[in-house]
Amino acid sequence: MIPAGAWCLEPGAWCLVPGAWCLPGTIRFMPVDIDITKVARLARIGLTAEELAAYSTQLQGILEHAARVQALPSEGVAPTAHPLPMVNAFRPDEVEPTLDREEVLAQAPDREGPYFRVPPFLED
Amino acid sequence: MDLADLSVAEAGARLRAGEVSSVDLLDAVRRRASMTEAILHAYLTIDHAGARAAAEAADAALARGEDFGPLHGIPIALKDNMVTRGIETTCASRILAGYRPPYDATVVERLKRGGAVIFGKTNLDEFAMGSSTENSAYGTTRNPWDPDRVPGGSSGGSAAAVAVGSAFAGLGSDTGGSIRQPGSLTGTVGMKPTYGLVSRYGLIAFASSLDQIGPLTRTVDDSVTVFEAIAGHDPSDATSYRGPLPEVRSALDAGVKGLKVGIVRELSGEGTEPDVAASFQVTLDLLAGAGAEIRELSLPSTEYALSAYYLIAPAECSANLARFDGVRYGPRLPGKSVEEMMSATRRDGFGPEVTRRILLGTYALSAGYYDAFYGQAQKVRTLVINDFRRAYAEVDVLVTPTSPTTAFAVGEKAGDPLAMYLSDICTIPSNLSGDPAISVPCGLDSSGLPVGFQVLAPALGEAVMFRVAKAVERLSRFTARPALATSEGAA
Repeated sequence: MIPAGAWCLEPGAWCLVPGAWCLPGTIRFMPVDIDITKVARLARIGLTAEELAAYSTQLQGILEHAARVQALPSEGVAPTAHPLPMVNAFRPDEVEPTLDREEVLAQAPDREGPYFRVPPFLED
Repeated sequence: MDLADLSVAEAGARLRAGEVSSVDLLDAVRRRASMTEAILHAYLTIDHAGARAAAEAADAALARGEDFGPLHGIPIALKDNMVTRGIETTCASRILAGYRPPYDATVVERLKRGGAVIFGKTNLDEFAMGSSTENSAYGTTRNPWDPDRVPGGSSGGSAAAVAVGSAFAGLGSDTGGSIRQPGSLTGTVGMKPTYGLVSRYGLIAFASSLDQIGPLTRTVDDSVTVFEAIAGHDPSDATSYRGPLPEVRSALDAGVKGLKVGIVRELSGEGTEPDVAASFQVTLDLLAGAGAEIRELSLPSTEYALSAYYLIAPAECSANLARFDGVRYGPRLPGKSVEEMMSATRRDGFGPEVTRRILLGTYALSAGYYDAFYGQAQKVRTLVINDFRRAYAEVDVLVTPTSPTTAFAVGEKAGDPLAMYLSDICTIPSNLSGDPAISVPCGLDSSGLPVGFQVLAPALGEAVMFRVAKAVERLSRFTARPALATSEGAA
């Protein structure tokens, strides 16, 4: 029996969550364990408890499908970050025209003179 | 025939012959838009004044003997994730409501330099995340072949506009199939160039290692024309390709005799609707009859491509969309601290699919999970590329149905993200590999909805890709037009 929200890794493979639920024998499972409150905080999206619960369920379903990538043998395979065989692009270090400051600041929700204005970063 | 139904090539020829003006062409698409927009909602913004001025300028230039190229005087639609100076650009998101960019995207500059008339900004799934255009914050776009159905997505607005004749051509962006799948569902030609050939400067980024801009048109010739107009090195895009562009014109009509065409076993079976499979097979037989050698190949890693994509794309989106924080543009909600302000603004500004993907990506990149998800997905990406490399040692192009289904009903998949994701199964591998691919209409299903045929080629293989696409277009004799276009055209 495979519990909901779990994904089967190769026999003997490492497990992300220590003490995760395992089948008797050699097969181990990686529960897709999401601390949704922490994830939403990292993403700076202020969700209600109800919304958090709903997203948590949906993410588990998607991640269980996505976790299939772990079943593909990838020993010695180098990761691809980018499809082009290029590393860095440089241009001559010359001064070029930039965007007009007033035009840029005109789009800001709040400003003070030539600056973007935001609420305080630090509590008193 | 109504002017709005002409191809770019035909309209350009009439323009140069002095039979019509650019203003006439603009009036034709405006008239078509005024008769179809209430049903379709392909556009978020139509720039009537700017388009009129551009069309008049194009006419004046031609009268002086100045011809800026094949798009001179042609009204074109832009997906609303490409910035246009002074014209509202929203990405179909509330978080960019009212945003008037201070610059033009490189593709917009190039189109303008080529004399094109920017008619308007088209609807999309918010931030290009979706396959149906239902995720727009400003309402769903409908399919001109059947308004109860979706036009595909995320470039559904551009696809619908081009299909119905409220633009002669359009630009879309393709991260996992977002040009080709709506092309397939609307009976238009949708093309994703090789990664790096078209500048993304001014394309609001979704997943930077996958995004590419490309044309939606009614013919393969027009696709070539728009591709040639927008491709080329741009120092403003660090990923822009520096080598020479592929020369695609000279062999365009060379046919498929002697070409080796590969069918991908993993992408043409399970889950494909019978009518789609039948149209695909008929087209294969036509290609074989025209002298192509058809072979079946296996690309085993493509089975994992969808899973890898749904880790890589959300991971990159979670980083790219961090910039929408209520500081520099867009609306802001109040908060006592910066974090409160940002959290409130982002919660209010992003729709459910964008929120879902940001959360997914944030999770996949967070400490402790990076190697298991994002790192592993990047390795799968290498395996997919290796599979393609092996395949192209044996064949010139690969072909698949573009989408396993024809246009689905509005609302049918809206509540099931995973089912929606599966509609991109045939298009995602070439985003992971960075290779070019094109969807060409090849037939209709039993409900009269268009079916798309996808041609994939190796990186910089646009010449052979367009050549096979042109053969598919010619052999399949696809001339059907959506009901909404013909009923108006006859009126």
